[in-house]
Amino acid sequence: MAYDTVGQREIRVDAVAKVTGKAKYTADFRERDLLVGKILRSPYAHAWVRHIDSERAQALPGVEAVLTYADVPHIKFSTAGHPYSLDPGHRDKEDRLILTDKARFVGDAVAAVVAADELIAEKALRLIEVEYEPLEVLTSPEAAMREDAPLIHEVKRNILSTFGYEFGDLDKAFADADRIFEGEYQTSVVQHCQMENQIATAYVDENGRIVITTSTQIPHIVRRIVAQALGIPWGKVRVLKPYIGGGFGNKQDVCVEPLAAVMTLAVGGRPVRLELSREECMIDTRTRHAIQYRIKTGVKRDGKITGIRIEAISNTGAYASHGHSIASSGGGKFRYLYQVDALKYEPVTVYTNLPVAGAMRGYGTPQIFYAFECHMEDIARGLGLDPIALHKLNFVETGFVDPIGKNKVLSCGIRECVDKGREMIKWDLKKKLYKNESGDKRRGLGMACFSYQSGTHPVNLEIAGARIVLNQDGSVQLQVGATEIGQGSDTVFGQMVAEVLGLPLDMVHVVSTQDTDLSPFDTGAYASRQTYITGMAVKKAAEEVKAKILDFVWGMTDTPAQALDLKGQKVIYKHSGEVLMPLAEVALQTYYDPVFARPITSDTSNNARVNAMSYGVTFAEVEVDLKTGQVGVLEIYNVHDSGRIINPQLAEGQVHGGVSMGIGYALSEQLLYDEKTGRVLNNNLLDYKLPTIMDTPEIGAAFVELDDPTGPFGVKSLGEPPAITPAPAIRNAVLDATGVAFNRLPMNPQRVFEKLRQAGIVG
Amino acid sequence: MREGKGISEAMRMPGVKGLSEAEGLSEAEGMSEAEGMSEVKGISEVGVMRMSEVKRKPGDGTTPENVLRKISFTVNGKALTLYVDIRESLLEVLRERLGFTGVKKGCGVGECGACTVLVDGTPIDSCIYLAVWADGREIRTVEGLAVDGQLSPVQEAFVEEGAIQCGFCTPGLVLSTTALAESGKEYSREEIKRELSGHFCRCTGYQNILKAAERAVHEGGHRCAHCEHEREGEKRI
Amino acid sequence: MFNISKYDEAGSLDGALEFLSEHPAAKVIAGGTDVVIKMQGGKLREVELFSIRGLAELKGSKCSPDGAVLLGPLVTFSQIAGDPFLQDNIPVLTQAALSMGGPQIRNIATIGGNICNGAVSADSAPTLLALNAELRLQSARGERKVPLREFYLGPGKVDLRPGELLTGIMVRPEEYLGYHGHYIKFAMRKAMDIATLGVSVLCRVEEGKVLRGVRIALGVAAPTPIRCPEAEAFAEGKTASAETLREIGRLAVRSTKARTSWRASQEYREHLVAELVPRALQEAMRAAGGEGNA
Repeated sequence: MAYDTVGQREIRVDAVAKVTGKAKYTADFRERDLLVGKILRSPYAHAWVRHIDSERAQALPGVEAVLTYADVPHIKFSTAGHPYSLDPGHRDKEDRLILTDKARFVGDAVAAVVAADELIAEKALRLIEVEYEPLEVLTSPEAAMREDAPLIHEVKRNILSTFGYEFGDLDKAFADADRIFEGEYQTSVVQHCQMENQIATAYVDENGRIVITTSTQIPHIVRRIVAQALGIPWGKVRVLKPYIGGGFGNKQDVCVEPLAAVMTLAVGGRPVRLELSREECMIDTRTRHAIQYRIKTGVKRDGKITGIRIEAISNTGAYASHGHSIASSGGGKFRYLYQVDALKYEPVTVYTNLPVAGAMRGYGTPQIFYAFECHMEDIARGLGLDPIALHKLNFVETGFVDPIGKNKVLSCGIRECVDKGREMIKWDLKKKLYKNESGDKRRGLGMACFSYQSGTHPVNLEIAGARIVLNQDGSVQLQVGATEIGQGSDTVFGQMVAEVLGLPLDMVHVVSTQDTDLSPFDTGAYASRQTYITGMAVKKAAEEVKAKILDFVWGMTDTPAQALDLKGQKVIYKHSGEVLMPLAEVALQTYYDPVFARPITSDTSNNARVNAMSYGVTFAEVEVDLKTGQVGVLEIYNVHDSGRIINPQLAEGQVHGGVSMGIGYALSEQLLYDEKTGRVLNNNLLDYKLPTIMDTPEIGAAFVELDDPTGPFGVKSLGEPPAITPAPAIRNAVLDATGVAFNRLPMNPQRVFEKLRQAGIVG
Repeated sequence: MREGKGISEAMRMPGVKGLSEAEGLSEAEGMSEAEGMSEVKGISEVGVMRMSEVKRKPGDGTTPENVLRKISFTVNGKALTLYVDIRESLLEVLRERLGFTGVKKGCGVGECGACTVLVDGTPIDSCIYLAVWADGREIRTVEGLAVDGQLSPVQEAFVEEGAIQCGFCTPGLVLSTTALAESGKEYSREEIKRELSGHFCRCTGYQNILKAAERAVHEGGHRCAHCEHEREGEKRI
Repeated sequence: MFNISKYDEAGSLDGALEFLSEHPAAKVIAGGTDVVIKMQGGKLREVELFSIRGLAELKGSKCSPDGAVLLGPLVTFSQIAGDPFLQDNIPVLTQAALSMGGPQIRNIATIGGNICNGAVSADSAPTLLALNAELRLQSARGERKVPLREFYLGPGKVDLRPGELLTGIMVRPEEYLGYHGHYIKFAMRKAMDIATLGVSVLCRVEEGKVLRGVRIALGVAAPTPIRCPEAEAFAEGKTASAETLREIGRLAVRSTKARTSWRASQEYREHLVAELVPRALQEAMRAAGGEGNA
């Protein structure tokens, strides 16, 4: 089907606002007499707070309030940005307090100050005396799971959950196999490093409600969690989300808002800003879970997989946050890539005294696909097969039904993705060329595949709202509860509305700010859900507006609605395209006709009880400097089956950013900590090695556009997937170049060199 | 020499062997702060802050008299004279006092580049640049690039090449690119990357940013009613 | 807001020296990329700042008729990197300058600050050491000249006495004329990073392959930037075969006192010295060949 606006490289609706500096982010709203909030953080990773003396801080002129555990509500809450569940058993682990009486990681918030300015606040923090009773610090899951380990929370052996899944007869599958492959793989702790740190401003309005402006992906969820943490009715909280400087999952968690709310209450409702520094943001927001995997796979001689067993130990740090959902969700999405008869997934999520791990782009899949796609390469090498052949032999087909969730794959373009990527990188040619690499610099090729979901159904509710108002001039406003966080969702929603209503994009005014008082309900930006899930609501709302317009024209002209259509801002005859009247003329009548005036709006919600699988592959070519251990990515391509692409330019942008993040994950990024004390060593952008423009190669992005029947205009997820497979593809390329398998991230120069030396590749 | 960006201009001066000679200093620059300002034409006093507005810093003997300095500078072509606190960064004065919120703060320590502004045409991190140092300088922020609602060529390139996602790094990158585009020099792709390497972006993988910057730099030219660059550019040609 | 208790600016060099003799606690600030960041991180509090940014006497660089180069301490890294004279005559210095931080930092960070903060990772240090740079230090009591090599006392510690200002960095013509050099900054990123190891070499090349006057300087290989005298002595007059270069690299390691930190292990840094010193020398020789063996 051909579309006018959908599929076009439309300029994003917020581009001009952002390029001129007019787009307002949380810190850009000026409040009169704004007070500054600051947090006192524990220097101990694990310690009881025995006593806090804040008298001297209180007495400092300019200090408005000092808060400790004793001064804030003692209601444990979960910070995870999931939809609420009516089933108490399905809710996230409630283990967090606004200020704690027990420090569980270095940086845990034990007290806070509200003061006239930053310098006074900092001075006040230095005047607070805290008496700690240090406990044993547990940084590794192994230490935390010891029988005699001290408990971080009141759960047995510090284990948050072991919920996994199993289907088929694994013993039989292994018995039927010609070969058994086993491998261990380990990912690292990394951080989102969105350019805007967490920040919230809170005040109490003239009606006694707490108003919070915050940099969040999930305004409606923030409202609920703040209310829960404070023990107040949900309606007493209003949350505004302006433009935000990136999130990547770090803002799918409620990190600063409850404390900001408590702070304003402590100063009589005056406005307080709680802004984390970069250094704070890197220890006390969220990180990506480090997960260790042990994988055992049975294969036939030809490469057909008979059965897989995956054991995973996920380090969630000091608080649950998204906790076991990460390991669980990664395992769930993994099921859709390979057709196997028996699969057992045994994840364990463990508390430790490290910064809190939570949601981050890919949500458990970068970890599991790193492990399994490394493993696939190892199998291919063990069997003497080309990895592409091994993959193709085992991929699922369209029509695959997940044995656990019973969800059916209605579109699957993984084979097409692989074929396209193979061409782009000239796989066959280069594989031959690099076959017998010698010398100090060696090149190699690698590939890795993934499957992903579009939203969270059936695990969570997938509800999304959209509201459209037809203006007098024939333009419309679109409001959604879903959030633009840089990914371009406002623009693709606008394109959807424009398509249905026959408008150019600039006649669709997308309201970018979410305000829980005004915006339709939507749970927010996560799970790559918005284009797919919110898109359904948007399309539904636009179709309703269209139907109302055509009905109205019927009333005006006696031409039945079914004979009419909207195109180019005009009402036309469907059969001939002949213009009946300009849309603006109808719009004006809907407002001002003395008899029939009834302005046209739609306010709709969609509960999407479906989930479409998206697929993709990364192909990478590397050069390894054996003598220094430096790995250079020469070429890298991501090919995605994300259904129909609404805006190719924005879609490519998602791929570029995700791949870049994946390259950092593969080669340079790691949040380092002292294993004894739990102290983070590199919580700043100088020491945490985010790639610069000079470290980033040209990134190739391509799409295999197969319409998914369930998606609006045939779309599927795209936001997170690009970040999933660069790391394993690069690892496999390094293996191809050197013959050495790196099973631990990141592959930084020292590690690579040391392992090459161990392997005897260099002296 | 201040507008001439120092070195390369100095090179062409007769009698200079080709080393970056001391940049010619305007009188104001040589003077100590306490002494009078050289008068800037058309000074507007809109930004003047009253002594009583100084943020409190009790207990250490700090008084408005010893933390305030009067400075004169231009922001996007507009001359301003105001008192700044010696403890303030240029970032803080631009954002909080003057409302140029297009200047973003991403780290506060010169690592991310989000706060980049042009000082006498040169990109600097305003978060680690004391406000008092702005005295006598010409500051440009992203708000000053579009003229009469028309985007600058650099801004246009960023918009059209899809170089913008969350937008938080955008103002800084646009300004660094503007400095390149206005230099009138040719830059290779590697050189452009090097000149933009002081900006982190987590959204775009830099790909479309590089495309936009290459386009803007190679197309060259610029229009900016607020500064002298256009005339200089013409002279160069 | 920074935790600054007092701020003064120098109007003239003499005035500055006088001020410093009267205010020993004052913290001198120039580009600010070091001092301001320390204030931001809380490492410096209640600071009395004394800005020397305005001192015309310390800006710019001069070249005397005999070719002696005097770099003003307020010269920024961008100015060094963009200086055509230095690009033509001491490219190893412009190369090193360009490797530092990112453009915005290079635009304000000064060479004097980079030397005086004593950082072992200072990107200018190895090259200036290899150039046998000499520092001019002035106080109200007078001037002294200190070879850069003797200036570094320990990590972050330099021989800058109370009341003293660095007023010039001298590179004599015989230290660079006829020499070719190369700087390798080994870091985890190609920009915005601090060196894991910095290697700067200078040499003359005779008959296309005979090494003369080799200087090898390293950053982050010991508590201070260092030279490698043993390797330099060995290299003198040697024909540069692959084996000779390897040996020079091995000998260079002997001068190092690298330590293990979370950034890199001692062993790895030592390996890098052995590997990168020969690479740098090869590049320097290539440069010599390319320019007709000056």
